[in-house]
Amino acid sequence: MDTTLDKSIVNIDEMVLNMGPQHPSTHGVLRLKIHTDGEVVSKIEPVIGYLHRCFEKHCENLSYEQIVPFADRCDYLASMHMDHAYSIAVEKLLDIELPERVEYIRVIVAELQRIASHLVAIGTFGLDVGAITPFTWTIRDRERVLDLFEALCGARLLYNYIWPGGVSHDLSPKFIQRTQEFLDYFETQIFEYNELLTGNKIFIERTADVGVMPADVGMNFGVTGPSLRGSGVDYDLRKTEPYSIYNKFDFNVPVGEGKMGTVGDCWDRYWVRMVEMEESIKIIRQAMASLPDGDVHAAMPKKIRPTKGNVYSRYESARGDVGIYIQSNGKNIPLRLKMRSPAFCNLSVLGEIGEGWMISDVITILGSLDIVLGEIDR
Amino acid sequence: MGSKQIFEVISSIKGVDLNLESEFISVSSVSLLEVAEKFKNDTTLDFDFLMCITALDDGNSKIFTVVYNFHSNKNNHSIEVRVSITDGEDVPSLAGIWKTADWHEREAYDMMGINFSGHPELKRILLPEDWEGFPLRKNYEVADYYHGVPIPKDKSYWE
Repeated sequence: MDTTLDKSIVNIDEMVLNMGPQHPSTHGVLRLKIHTDGEVVSKIEPVIGYLHRCFEKHCENLSYEQIVPFADRCDYLASMHMDHAYSIAVEKLLDIELPERVEYIRVIVAELQRIASHLVAIGTFGLDVGAITPFTWTIRDRERVLDLFEALCGARLLYNYIWPGGVSHDLSPKFIQRTQEFLDYFETQIFEYNELLTGNKIFIERTADVGVMPADVGMNFGVTGPSLRGSGVDYDLRKTEPYSIYNKFDFNVPVGEGKMGTVGDCWDRYWVRMVEMEESIKIIRQAMASLPDGDVHAAMPKKIRPTKGNVYSRYESARGDVGIYIQSNGKNIPLRLKMRSPAFCNLSVLGEIGEGWMISDVITILGSLDIVLGEIDR
Repeated sequence: MGSKQIFEVISSIKGVDLNLESEFISVSSVSLLEVAEKFKNDTTLDFDFLMCITALDDGNSKIFTVVYNFHSNKNNHSIEVRVSITDGEDVPSLAGIWKTADWHEREAYDMMGINFSGHPELKRILLPEDWEGFPLRKNYEVADYYHGVPIPKDKSYWE
């Protein structure tokens, strides 16, 4: 009997490696089926759904006001953005005008949240490539932002702060003073991060030229946010389609330039987040300088009962383009609510750009995409 | 470009109609691929992003609508396209044109049970592969057991 294996049928060199669902480098309960030939990865299949909490099904049984805390829990590292994205969609459906003060407060908290979210992204990215110290530093500074939010609304992670038509609590003068102190402190910290990580030779060797995502591939896969801007695409909804009052502020949209290697590599995606935090500081300072007076509850509808119709609204969160599609049938409960989650699309590109790299590089690429599983699985 | 100008470019295709009031283009499932190719390749349209695919139920799970939200970063315009089908009909897959469609169509299949013909690998994405039924359909009924584990239906303890 011929016992030799037919290599055309069975690929004996290939091994399927299972990474996750419980693994510190997958940033949550994500499972990756990695087909490897030695150390080199030939195919990656992400398996998702472990954190599915039926967000969209729940929304069909809850009134518009009750959905806000559920939206919170989608992207738990940037809850403010989820609240804001959802509230904007409902306001578009209701067609209501907001007091200026509400818009300013929303911009301030959204940009603070962007800083907090990018700090986690940067810290865990450092952790993924073996740098332990930056993680402890970024978490320390994120803690200060969480303290600010705690003073603002009592919650540290899931805020339920931005409601359709307003915000739950007004800003206090003490909050503004503390935020100013934080920004002064944080500006010096960004310099420290750059000294510690951005220019670190080992870090650059691990991330530059690794996992290059060409711009057209990214756009074809629907990648948005800092991950796409790392590939040199100038696409930021705050600029291209300004919602809220972002058109009043002066800020830049950093895009990847390939400073340490090729445009669109892991280092570029990291660097874009780094510069974006500086831009967020700029926006917060401008917003706080011109904060108008007003009643934050003035435009809040007593009962949310929109007219029949469909609406699709887009929002630039820390991870990318959040889309909320609401179908209303004139009742106080949406007929259908769909969330386009940015990390969902960002993760789908992993199979494409991760191919041909070593297993350790796949961890780097996954870290640079900055996914949150809560938002992918919803 | 507004929805009117976008419509004019594709108006020669059969089964395409513009809804002026809500600014969306309704397309028959047969001509969806033709419209999509025009969207992608026509230089005046140049839709480089397929933002979102949403599946809607009419309330009786008889007629389903698949909503596509397109955006062009180059020309900075957006459009909504809707395809209505009766239960059991197929919608052509756009995964060959925009890779975003791959996972979004899998999600629409997973939740609403819409078949996308020509999809490279149409299987469940968020739910387990042996799940029965499509949960976001309005006529969906929760099963009594999943792998021998009873599914609680009494809501009184969490309401």
